[in-house]
Amino acid sequence: MDFNDSPEEATYRAKVRSWLDANATLRDPDASKANALHEAEGDVIAQAKTWQAKKTDAGWACLRWPKEYGGQDATPIESVIFGQEEGRYDLPPSIYGIGHGMLGPTIMAHGTDEQKERFLPNMVKGEEVWCQLFSEPDAGSDLAGLKTSAVRDGDDWIINGQKIWTTGAQYCKWGMLVARSDTNAAKHAGLTYFIVDMEDPGIEIRPIKQMNGQSGFNEVFFSDVRIPDSNRLGAEGDGWRVAITTLMNERSSIGGSMGGGGGIKDLIKQAESVEINGRPAIEDGGVRRKIADFAVRRSGLKYTGQRGLSALSQGQTPGPEASIGKLVAAVMGQEMGAFGMELQGAAGILSGDDNPGDVTFQNTYMAMPGLRLAGGTDEILRNIISERVLGMPGEPRIDKGKPFKDIPTGTNR
Amino acid sequence: MNFDFSEEQKLLQSTARDFLTKQSSLAHVREVFEANAGYSESLWKGVAELGWLGVAIPEEYGGAGYGYLELAMIAGEIGQALAPIPFGSTVYLAAEAITQEGSAEQKKQYLTGIASGDLIGTLATNEKAGTLTEDSVTATFADGKLSGTKLPVADGDLANFAIVLAKEGSGLSLVIADLAAEGVTRTRLDSLDPTRSQAKLEFADVPAARLGAEGNGWAIVQDVLNRAAVLMAFEQLGSADRAFQITFDFVMNRYAFGRPIGSFQTLKHRMADLYADREVARSNCYWAAWALENDDDELPVAAASAKISASDALDHMVVDMIQMHGGVGYTWEYDCHFFYRRGKVLGHTLGTTDEWREKLINLLIEEAA
Repeated sequence: MDFNDSPEEATYRAKVRSWLDANATLRDPDASKANALHEAEGDVIAQAKTWQAKKTDAGWACLRWPKEYGGQDATPIESVIFGQEEGRYDLPPSIYGIGHGMLGPTIMAHGTDEQKERFLPNMVKGEEVWCQLFSEPDAGSDLAGLKTSAVRDGDDWIINGQKIWTTGAQYCKWGMLVARSDTNAAKHAGLTYFIVDMEDPGIEIRPIKQMNGQSGFNEVFFSDVRIPDSNRLGAEGDGWRVAITTLMNERSSIGGSMGGGGGIKDLIKQAESVEINGRPAIEDGGVRRKIADFAVRRSGLKYTGQRGLSALSQGQTPGPEASIGKLVAAVMGQEMGAFGMELQGAAGILSGDDNPGDVTFQNTYMAMPGLRLAGGTDEILRNIISERVLGMPGEPRIDKGKPFKDIPTGTNR
Repeated sequence: MNFDFSEEQKLLQSTARDFLTKQSSLAHVREVFEANAGYSESLWKGVAELGWLGVAIPEEYGGAGYGYLELAMIAGEIGQALAPIPFGSTVYLAAEAITQEGSAEQKKQYLTGIASGDLIGTLATNEKAGTLTEDSVTATFADGKLSGTKLPVADGDLANFAIVLAKEGSGLSLVIADLAAEGVTRTRLDSLDPTRSQAKLEFADVPAARLGAEGNGWAIVQDVLNRAAVLMAFEQLGSADRAFQITFDFVMNRYAFGRPIGSFQTLKHRMADLYADREVARSNCYWAAWALENDDDELPVAAASAKISASDALDHMVVDMIQMHGGVGYTWEYDCHFFYRRGKVLGHTLGTTDEWREKLINLLIEEAA
């Protein structure tokens, strides 16, 4: 059992650091990190593209990808080491996570040679940013219930419908779309997967204003959008299998930084600066036990991440422990936010500059409902853990084998 | 980076599991429980012959000279089997205290005796209800004689010797007392889990020898508790793993409303949460094992984190184990209550979970300053 880098890993890390030192500035570790569901706009996009171009030129982009597609054939742990080191520097937020982590690998797995050649090297360079068009107002957790239609018309497909929760749609050149090409087929059999040009005139993008006032996501409306059949990914009717490749890549992106050191210190500082029963709150037994419990969960998550990295370092696939991260972290984040506000007493409900204390707690409290839903709700994650990790039976299905058009979907009232 | 146990360590674990599956079945645990025997003498002899008692004891004292990672693997298996033996008292506490603080002579006498299986030892700190504090200790050590009462003392009725926390002058010292000596009265106490015996020890002018420096007793106890907590956390995790497996087998094979009850989302989601709980605890345990093995400065924080999360994971598991079994889970005949009892007992051994939370927050406040 050893936390240290192997000699090869240490050499690689040193190489990464020396390049980063020469090309970026270290971040002040006390400055609070950007919100997980941040708003990426304007200059930030240009900066992110410039940084990606720099990485590409120097051979640090898409490290795990094969060289033929513009990657470096690096090992998973090398890619993690780069990510860890990159995270220490003051850099624009990445706008490429979905493309590089999920969509690129999907094209590698299901694309034609022409599609791979056309899209993958450009995706690495980052001039063209990609988004994912999966969820719909009536198809979230039950993604295969989606209704956006794809109708064949000569060499084209005509798309009509609505997608939702699309990160970055407003600055993306390309999107990966799952649409229903056959409503008479069974639910999972009638889907087809496409690459869509987001600059097509039939596409309308509207930002979603979240409950915390920020806008990290969009709704995307399709009105007679034409997609050439050459931009179909995988066979007609095989869209579900292709979409699963995308989603598996989402799940396998492990959180090496899950946990981290923040949060606990903030709570301790807050508890030291307010009083309960005429004494500093940090001397109150209930407060002390609660913070201790958060710290224990936090370190457990951190070292769960380490176990996943360790598996990568040993050339293995991270085990099922990787699947618990978001489930535990998001709930805890929400509880920690609420507890920080509790410590602030009546002033705990004041936000922004009007809060006399640390406003991180309110921001976290208002952001966490989103994290508990994004990328698999708590409930879907519990299904995944119980069914795929523990091997418990799936839900009895009443929609199996029926033509999609005969299955009730969405909200009916 | 390799934040995992080695192949050799995992092999040791699977050998241990094979042995305990045969020698410490739940039927055997039940026999010891119902006979109120205190412990299984045959199992104790068996583990001594396998060398488990001396896994972390240096070779010069008859041990195997492995490290704490190996001991952690065995502790986990002891927990899996609910082994009815005074392993924790003897190995995590007594052997650790003597390894850390003993004179060459004490090491020779006690560590050799523990490794061979001839000596059972324990640590006696508490005297009454409530949290153990320096002020709560009233036993005294003066002129080489120990007087006072300790309770509850884990395995105190079985042990050959006890390491006792006592007042000496104005401070606290640790002393070793032979429990067969004149002036010692020991009484087995009724407790939740009689396969982990509890006793009252009364000392009346019993000859005893200091372990470590005079006045250093409290600091040594804290260090020994930290070290023992790591190993105890592995034992707790092992018990939680076994309880989970038994519960899993039950819900997958019990039918109601025409389906296995394990197909109902309400149970699936609880199992997923119990799984997540244990993985969080396991990660803390790995961290703590690493800190113990490497004598790292993080040991106190890591040990407290491991102990708290393993105690909580086991607590949640044994409570849900009975609930998910339904009515049979509440019968004497089913084994659930052994896990429920042992879970609570392990959670209280070495200090309650709230006491560990208190230790942890003090360390975190120091860190944050």
